[in-house]
Amino acid sequence: MSVVEATPLAAPQNVRKTALNAVHRQMGAKMVEFSGWDMPVEYPAAIGCGIVNEHMAVRTGVGIFDVSHMGDIRLAGREALAAVQHISMNDASRLAIGQAQYSALLYPQGTFVDDVIVHRLGEDEYLLVINAGTREKDFNWVRDNVRDNTRQFDCKVEHLSDDFTQIAIQGPKAVDLLQKLTDADLSAVKFYWVTRGSLCGLKNILMGRTGYTAEDGFEIYIPSDEETSARVWYAILDAGKEFGAVPCGLGARNTLRLEGKLPLYGHEISDTINVWEAGLDRFCKMEKPDFIGRAALEQAKAQGLKKTLVGLEMVDRGIARDGYKVLDNGGREIGYVTSGSPAPFLKKNIALAYVPPEQAAIGNTVQVEIRGQGVKAQVVPTPFYKRPKKS
Amino acid sequence: MSYPTDRKYTKEHEWITADGAIGITSHAQDSLGDIVFVELPKVGTEISSGKTFGTVESVKAVSDLYAPVSGTVTAVNESLATAPEQVNKDAHGAWMLKIKIKDPAEMNALLSAADYEKFASEEAGH
Repeated sequence: MSVVEATPLAAPQNVRKTALNAVHRQMGAKMVEFSGWDMPVEYPAAIGCGIVNEHMAVRTGVGIFDVSHMGDIRLAGREALAAVQHISMNDASRLAIGQAQYSALLYPQGTFVDDVIVHRLGEDEYLLVINAGTREKDFNWVRDNVRDNTRQFDCKVEHLSDDFTQIAIQGPKAVDLLQKLTDADLSAVKFYWVTRGSLCGLKNILMGRTGYTAEDGFEIYIPSDEETSARVWYAILDAGKEFGAVPCGLGARNTLRLEGKLPLYGHEISDTINVWEAGLDRFCKMEKPDFIGRAALEQAKAQGLKKTLVGLEMVDRGIARDGYKVLDNGGREIGYVTSGSPAPFLKKNIALAYVPPEQAAIGNTVQVEIRGQGVKAQVVPTPFYKRPKKS
Repeated sequence: MSYPTDRKYTKEHEWITADGAIGITSHAQDSLGDIVFVELPKVGTEISSGKTFGTVESVKAVSDLYAPVSGTVTAVNESLATAPEQVNKDAHGAWMLKIKIKDPAEMNALLSAADYEKFASEEAGH
């Protein structure tokens, strides 16, 4: 037997470590390289973990993730809003102070530099939370487009990625857990809003009701020194004992986001895929003032789609994996899988794939080529998983 | 981790007993994580030493299975199709195939339990 990663990643030149790296190793996590970072993929079965258990903990209780590899860019100044509007596709003018929105940075071609969460922290202050693998690219891109030859926004752009240890507390019990550690009233914070409060003796800590698991939860931003990071990590795990909290790695993070159809850069979105193809129309506000990528998107809309993102569920026995070919029922290649995996909560084998629009109808059957064989799959509604509404 | 001494092992992390039962090692299941899919050949298939005979998939990874020695498949553990997690629970009990070994002398080239244990612990240390 030889272990072949289902998602091969280019070997990075320098592997970076979060402030919690020693903690993960101490806990016995299996470590992998992800976008140039040495990150836990899963924690040991001996402490009740493993991808499936971690995934289930987030769906039914609570799980804790080190997501410090995510990056942060702060824009502040008189024209910060205009700058954010110029570089991102959602309408940041709709944000109240303390509110956040899912958005994306686009190339002039209407394809993705990255997807981001835009937080409005103050009157003229915004925080963009960006992906690990695109940190430097994103920062350079934001800096260069906020000050180019034609336009200079009166706004400071700062790269704060190394200033924070970012921890995600996710699951139906996440609020109960975090409330034990903070004086902020978390029940008053709506989904995609932020608050500040004391946490484990630290003052004025930013806590956002956001996440990447299709579940309720918070992401917190604490100082990135190792001592503070480890202390807070263990305090959260300790406070979570009564809720069955477990540490979770990137393996569960991926299966959770896949069930919720949340895009992953380099898979569902990239510099060759545009907003319409990715199906992110509702986060792209064509009616707001001009933004980078808008003109190309206008044109792309007029031309119609060549491919579109669909959800697939395997009908016959087999697991679709990233990069596998999608075939029509005659065996002709029509598309490709962007992300595919067993779905631990749904107990089905699911995938996201790009196919021509004429193959995208719900119920349409296609085949996924697995080790040279076409295996039957069906187009199904997405997201595959939606969290139950609170009563 | 203790490895039963009633069988031989490969550097690709399979085990085989003298009467031709084949599975993967405890070290292998641990590094794979939650096993969700096992694909095995049919009874009567010829498998040959060092060549792939099947696939095992965990949530995150796809891995090939390699034949420790050559032989003909005489039985397949069908219960792994619906309960592949047996391999995680009891890797040394959850056999995948039984084969009629073509040349018992091929077994001599495989690792003993002690040698495999040393090999696996060195690999895990990397």
